[in-house]
Amino acid sequence: MIRLPPRKQQHSGTCLRRRFHSLNVSHLVCGHSTQLLRCLNGLGSWRTVAMPESSLENKENIDSSSRFAMSPSRHDAQPSLHSKNSYNIISAFCTEENVSQCITYIDQEVSSLGFPSVCREFSGGKGLNTVPVLNTMYELLQLHRRGLRTVEDLETEHLKSSSDLEYVQLSNSRLKDQLEFSRRENSGLHERERQLQLKIKSLQNCLKNEKEEVQKLQNIIASRATQYNHDMKRKEREYTKLKERLNQLLIDKKDKKLAIEILNCVGRADGKRSLWKTEKTEARHEGEMYKTLLNDYENRQKDLMLENAELKKVLQQMKKEMVSILSPRKHSLRGEKLEDSIEPACSDNEEEVYDSSRETLELSCEHAREQLTNSIRQQWRRLKNHVEKLDNQASLAQMGMRVSKDMISQEAHEEEMEKLRLEIRECKDFIQTQQQLLQQQLSAPCDDETAALLNDCYMLEEKERLKEEWRLFEEQRKNFEKERKNFTEAAIRLGHERKAFEEDRGTWLKHQFLNMTPFAERKKPHTSKSQSALSVCTEPEAKNAPTPARLGKSLSNASFATPKAAPVKMPSTTDLYRTLRLIPDHSSSETLPKRGSWQESNVMHSGDFSIKSHYCNGADDTSIFSHSGEENI
Amino acid sequence: MFIPNMNFSEVFKHSNQLCRVSPDGKYLATCVQYRLVVRDVNTLQILHLYTCLDQISQMEWSSDSLFILCAMYKRGLVQVWSLEQPDWHCKIDEGSAGLVCSRWSPDGRHILNTTEFHLRVTVWSLCTKSVSYIKYPKACQKGVDFSRDGRYMALAERRDCKDYISVFVCEDWQLLRHFETETQDLCGVEWSPNGCVLAIWDTCLEYKVLLYSLDGRLLSTYSAYEWSLGVKSITWSPSSQFLAIGSYDEKVRILNHITWKKITEFEHPASISNSKAVVYKEVEKRPVLGSDDLSIRQQLTMGSALFSTQSKYEICQLPVQVHVVKPDPDRANPKIGISSMAFSPDNRYLATKNDNMPNCVWVWDMQKLRLLAVLEQVAAVRCFLWDPRRPRLALCTGNAKIYLWSPAGCVSVQVPVEGNFQVLSLSWHGSGDSLILLGKEQLCLCYIETEMEVSGGTG
Repeated sequence: MIRLPPRKQQHSGTCLRRRFHSLNVSHLVCGHSTQLLRCLNGLGSWRTVAMPESSLENKENIDSSSRFAMSPSRHDAQPSLHSKNSYNIISAFCTEENVSQCITYIDQEVSSLGFPSVCREFSGGKGLNTVPVLNTMYELLQLHRRGLRTVEDLETEHLKSSSDLEYVQLSNSRLKDQLEFSRRENSGLHERERQLQLKIKSLQNCLKNEKEEVQKLQNIIASRATQYNHDMKRKEREYTKLKERLNQLLIDKKDKKLAIEILNCVGRADGKRSLWKTEKTEARHEGEMYKTLLNDYENRQKDLMLENAELKKVLQQMKKEMVSILSPRKHSLRGEKLEDSIEPACSDNEEEVYDSSRETLELSCEHAREQLTNSIRQQWRRLKNHVEKLDNQASLAQMGMRVSKDMISQEAHEEEMEKLRLEIRECKDFIQTQQQLLQQQLSAPCDDETAALLNDCYMLEEKERLKEEWRLFEEQRKNFEKERKNFTEAAIRLGHERKAFEEDRGTWLKHQFLNMTPFAERKKPHTSKSQSALSVCTEPEAKNAPTPARLGKSLSNASFATPKAAPVKMPSTTDLYRTLRLIPDHSSSETLPKRGSWQESNVMHSGDFSIKSHYCNGADDTSIFSHSGEENI
Repeated sequence: MFIPNMNFSEVFKHSNQLCRVSPDGKYLATCVQYRLVVRDVNTLQILHLYTCLDQISQMEWSSDSLFILCAMYKRGLVQVWSLEQPDWHCKIDEGSAGLVCSRWSPDGRHILNTTEFHLRVTVWSLCTKSVSYIKYPKACQKGVDFSRDGRYMALAERRDCKDYISVFVCEDWQLLRHFETETQDLCGVEWSPNGCVLAIWDTCLEYKVLLYSLDGRLLSTYSAYEWSLGVKSITWSPSSQFLAIGSYDEKVRILNHITWKKITEFEHPASISNSKAVVYKEVEKRPVLGSDDLSIRQQLTMGSALFSTQSKYEICQLPVQVHVVKPDPDRANPKIGISSMAFSPDNRYLATKNDNMPNCVWVWDMQKLRLLAVLEQVAAVRCFLWDPRRPRLALCTGNAKIYLWSPAGCVSVQVPVEGNFQVLSLSWHGSGDSLILLGKEQLCLCYIETEMEVSGGTG
């Protein structure tokens, strides 16, 4: 009887369980509600909620359930079915007959647990109100789950705490070990200390022994020294005795050999005769001795006197100087409320000083000397104080200065540093960019800007070359200038010549004219004159002279658009004069290197040159000419 | 730098380093074995030749340059010769008492002979032929000293294991003062040049210097330190102003004549640094023909000595490490400390020699009381002497050169003598114009004519 129902219940239990788990409530309402109740009851009992009004059957059921629970493995090999078995037992809680009871019971239980009532008053009795039942069920499930979770938490907690415990135990044991170790160490140290103490004691003993030894040795040495001295003395006595004896022997023996052989006695070095040894001589010797001593002391005293006098002089001078230094300062300081107590003393001192300086002659007097030294001491003290004060002030001032200076300098310094740093950074940046540019240029030579930059770089050389050329050119220009000067000189000469020529011509014309008249004699000296005038020039030049003059005239006219000189009686000479006058103008323009005027002058000169070149067809001239042309262009 | 023009005489023979110029500077007496040769200093012609009875071991001029004493210690004999009367002769025989030291008294009419074992001092008078004895002379470093004016003689005595000083009047050998000194074992006595103070120093075991007045009062006692070896040498400055005490601790202490306290001390450090001193180091080199004008000059003056090693002084940059010989600690009289000192005649300089720096002579400025110059020689310095007239120091190191120092500089001069001539010692003529250079068996005169001031360079 007992055996069969469990099988059924087992099945239904599994069913219930499934439903219980899946929260399918509808099945519970129809028919299996008792099982559910039981289950709930089980839950309640599990929660250790006592069943206040459990019926006998219930008890029995529970008993049976306990009985079943006691032997789950007997009936079922699977241990996992244990819970199913427990559900089987629950089936005993609610049966068809006691549904209402169960409901009330559950209701009670549920309400006692604080849930809303699950009953509904039917017409015949009590019935289950599904909604609250479900709610309650849900609540319970929630509770259950929460319970499970807390259990889990607790379990983990437990685990944690157990591990903690383990750890603590471990550390505890370790600490114990340490304690043991340090105890051992401690004892070892104690032992060592004891040993060291012992050593010290032994060393002290040693020291004491050594000291004793030293003492002993010293005593020995001392005793030996005394012994040695004693022996020495004894020996010396013996030695002197022996000497005595020897002496005696020598004297007693009447040593024949001991003698002086002398041809004739020699006179004393001082020429005097020797005197008898008398008390007189003794006294004389004493007197002489004391005389020498006295002399010595006198000399020494004199020296000391001299030295003293010198020193006194120095002292006096020092004092005077001190006074002179201190007095004006004192006056000045008086306004600055010097200590009142010092002031009268100072004035006293001053008086004293003057007094003592008056008494210089009596300085040998002890009193005066004391005064002098005292006053000097006082003055010195004052001077020292003053100097110290000054020193302090100076040092303070210096300190202040230094501080302020330092501040300034530091600030300035930092500023400067900052500036410099910035500069450095800029420079670095610049360099970097340059490098980058360069690299870019190298990598991509088609870049226009960089190419230009680089070209600039390359152009630098070119520029240098140009500069060099420019310099050369400048030199050449200077050369031109020189040559030009030469030319102007030549032109002057030419002018003169022309003049002479004109004169010649004039005379010639006159001559011609006069030749018409019979005055032919005058021609000769004139020609000679002209020759003399042209003597510097070479003959062909002189011969050619008239032609260039004309040429020059025409050229100059060509170059000068302004025909100022034109309306003169003799145009050729005036032209020449003009050119001559222009030359100094040109030289002045040289000193003021204006481009425009310069070029103008150049133009003029080119004219001159052309004249000249016609004169003397030198290779240099032509070359210069070509250069000048270029320049003009 | 001064380069003196030096001329050298030819070489003469001598023996036992016995060569003395007469106090008046006119004669030069030399001993050759048992012969005494007296020459004119200027012409070097032999004026007199005396023959003694045996090899001469000591020779001394009397103070008036009239007599020459020749002692033959082995035979206990003293012979006296007269310059004025070559026939005059005098022979003193100390007999069986023996002879260890013979010297003139300052008056030149008495001879003081110290007998063997320092038994007594015999005073022989040439005037009266009389003889007198002074008993208990002490055998020590310097037991007898005459004051410079020749009036007093201080004699160290030892009686009853105590030291005494006897001051005699040399005129008639009367005892003027006799007093006990507070010394353990008196070692030496020295008069101050003015003859008023007597400096006495104790044995080297104790540093103790005592200063007595002529009348026997103790003026002062000076002791620099205890226990270690003490005074090694003592020198008065010619002005009697300073007393220089050289000791085994390689220092010279200068006492003043007023308080008799130490003014300063001169150390002789192995490394000379932080000083205004000039260190001249002698540098030897093989001659390089015509390398510089100095060598040319030397060649001109030396002639034959062209092929010997030349040396010159170089001024060293400070600090300089001086060659130091470590003394043997196990031997008595260790070679350490100031063994000789000499003041220049003008009191300005003091020259010292420290025994464990045998190659060095130190010159100190006594006005500024500081080191002025150090001369480091190649060989050990044998002897150094001041020119009696000028602040000029001559020294020799046992080679064929002489060295001169003056405030202007240093110069080394090769002695142009053929053969092996090593200058072992030297002595100045009283005028300071010539030097007598003594070799082992030869001697040579060096005339220093003029001084030429040449700026720069080392000699």
